[in-house]
Amino acid sequence: MTAGGGEPLLAVEDLQVWFPIKGNGVLRRTAGHVRAVDGVSFTIARGETLGLVGESGCGKTTTGLAILRLLEPTGGRVRFDGDDVTGMGRRRLRALRRRMAMVFQDPYSSLDPRLSVGAIVSEPLDVHRLHTGRAARKARVGELLELVGLRPELRDRYPHELSGGQRQRVGVARALAVEPDLIVCDEPIAALDVSIQAQVLNLLDDLQDELDLTYLFIAHDLAAVQHVSDRIAVMYLGRVVEVADRARLAAEPAHPYTRALLSAVPIPDPPRERARRRIILEGDLPSPADPPSGCNFRTRCPEVFEPCPRVDPALQEVGRGTGGVPHEVACHLHGVTGTPAEAGRAYS
Amino acid sequence: MTDVALPPHRSRTRDVLGVLSKNRLAIVGLVVLLLLGVVALFGEWLAPHSPTRTNIPNRLEPPSLTHPFGTDELGRDILSRVLVAARVSLQVGFIAVGLSLAVGVTIGLVAGYYGRFVDTALMRFMDMVFAFPAILLAIAILAVLGPGIRNAMIAIGIVYTPIFARVTRGSVLSVREEDYVRASRSVGASGPRIIVRHVLPNVMGPIIVQTSLSLAFAILSEAALSFLGLGVQPPDPAWGRMLAEARGFVRVAWWMGVFPGLAIVVTVMAFNLLGDGLRDALDPRQKSVIESRGHLL
Repeated sequence: MTAGGGEPLLAVEDLQVWFPIKGNGVLRRTAGHVRAVDGVSFTIARGETLGLVGESGCGKTTTGLAILRLLEPTGGRVRFDGDDVTGMGRRRLRALRRRMAMVFQDPYSSLDPRLSVGAIVSEPLDVHRLHTGRAARKARVGELLELVGLRPELRDRYPHELSGGQRQRVGVARALAVEPDLIVCDEPIAALDVSIQAQVLNLLDDLQDELDLTYLFIAHDLAAVQHVSDRIAVMYLGRVVEVADRARLAAEPAHPYTRALLSAVPIPDPPRERARRRIILEGDLPSPADPPSGCNFRTRCPEVFEPCPRVDPALQEVGRGTGGVPHEVACHLHGVTGTPAEAGRAYS
Repeated sequence: MTDVALPPHRSRTRDVLGVLSKNRLAIVGLVVLLLLGVVALFGEWLAPHSPTRTNIPNRLEPPSLTHPFGTDELGRDILSRVLVAARVSLQVGFIAVGLSLAVGVTIGLVAGYYGRFVDTALMRFMDMVFAFPAILLAIAILAVLGPGIRNAMIAIGIVYTPIFARVTRGSVLSVREEDYVRASRSVGASGPRIIVRHVLPNVMGPIIVQTSLSLAFAILSEAALSFLGLGVQPPDPAWGRMLAEARGFVRVAWWMGVFPGLAIVVTVMAFNLLGDGLRDALDPRQKSVIESRGHLL
């Protein structure tokens, strides 16, 4: 199934995160659910980078948080190295926190303004009682800061004294402190200046080679995702609509939504750029509290046809890319499969 | 990138003090409070006469050079009594507020961070306490515990606890959702650790402001309780009790009431000025809200 074969490091199966909508009455009855993540499945092999793209509000970040159990999933399963993360008790979850880490989107809010850089980076060491003793701790923090390209003297500084790029490096150092296997990068460059974005991407790339890391790279910027990912999963309204290796996704996008996303990426070659035809999607993202029947995308899809409102499309293999990586897509254009709308959407 | 020169170190505390020092009223409040502190510590030495020795032939003397604030119905020097009473007032204020600070902030942190039924249970209880008029509740508590300065502190402490719980909880609710709290959870930090290390330091601003304002209210409450005879017991001087004693002599000896009254006004005002100044210094956003409201009015 995965690029390298064998057991994937992370397997997400039919993950659901629904948020209840509370009524206004005294009893605050649940009036419905926002289906932020609604049946997401994918796997990540050891050492691989999976890019997760989609527009704002499609559930990318929620997926990332649910994988780390920073949000409780309402359904589905997350397996990490064979262990079921979703059913873990407090103890095992704590142990798991040493193996999975997260880099957050906004380096201005993800660092506690009251703590020095050294205190921020050493918090994971405190929590897991690693490198105990003042000298060992100090040496380790210095090492981590150097690893992300910061001077160790910065340990006494406070976040407000650092630039955005420096702050994000501190965030990466904190994630690396526990020597994790998997790092969930939640739009790690979205809040940075363009000139800094490439630096941070390259840093993440170098660290992956050096420390044998596995990444789940979440972003809305397809160009950045193509730069760092081995495979890419495209999300729309709480679901994965297409997965393929990056070359195949760029060359032969199979889902109309992916095609629209790709058509929005400028090409750095004037003649080809002039020939680029943008596919402009009509309408707005439907509310995840009341998704359309059948295919989620049908309200905006330029190719919508008869089965779309009727059948909820399932991911199906439409070919194989480099190294035999399967190319999967959830769209009726490639054969009508999936669950009838009534059964799949019994709640709405 | 790593070789970029570091900007000079800037401390947040210094920023706050900088803003505060530009606020003249807050500085006035601070200076008055420092003077009051000196008086509270050294009242006995500063007092020209004994605050408790009676001198019947000298009773109800108007202000003069020997008795700048006059004498009371037992011939005691009012200036000395006002000076010595400062200690009791400040002491009751600090201890009572310290009590409500400790209990209220803890409740607010726990309720705000854990949410759900913990929050509901704790805050509904606080609402119950809060629903009673402050003085009435304090009187009721003193009726149970018995009068006296120690019980007055406990009573005032209980009365002001819900304010701290609410102020703290409100700030915790917003800090709880910050990414740095999430980041801390993502590396496996426990709830208590996050509360102490990340939440508490980031909600200190409003708590400091509330402390200063509550001190003013606590001192006022102590005066009211002493006025009613439930606080400081005779013959020890207390501003509230001096007012109560002056009540019967308003027409013949205005100085008996005016000077202890002024002492209360000055103290309460100083705490309020400092509290307002601290609010502006610690939370510039809140200031701008007030200013924009001012334009609307």
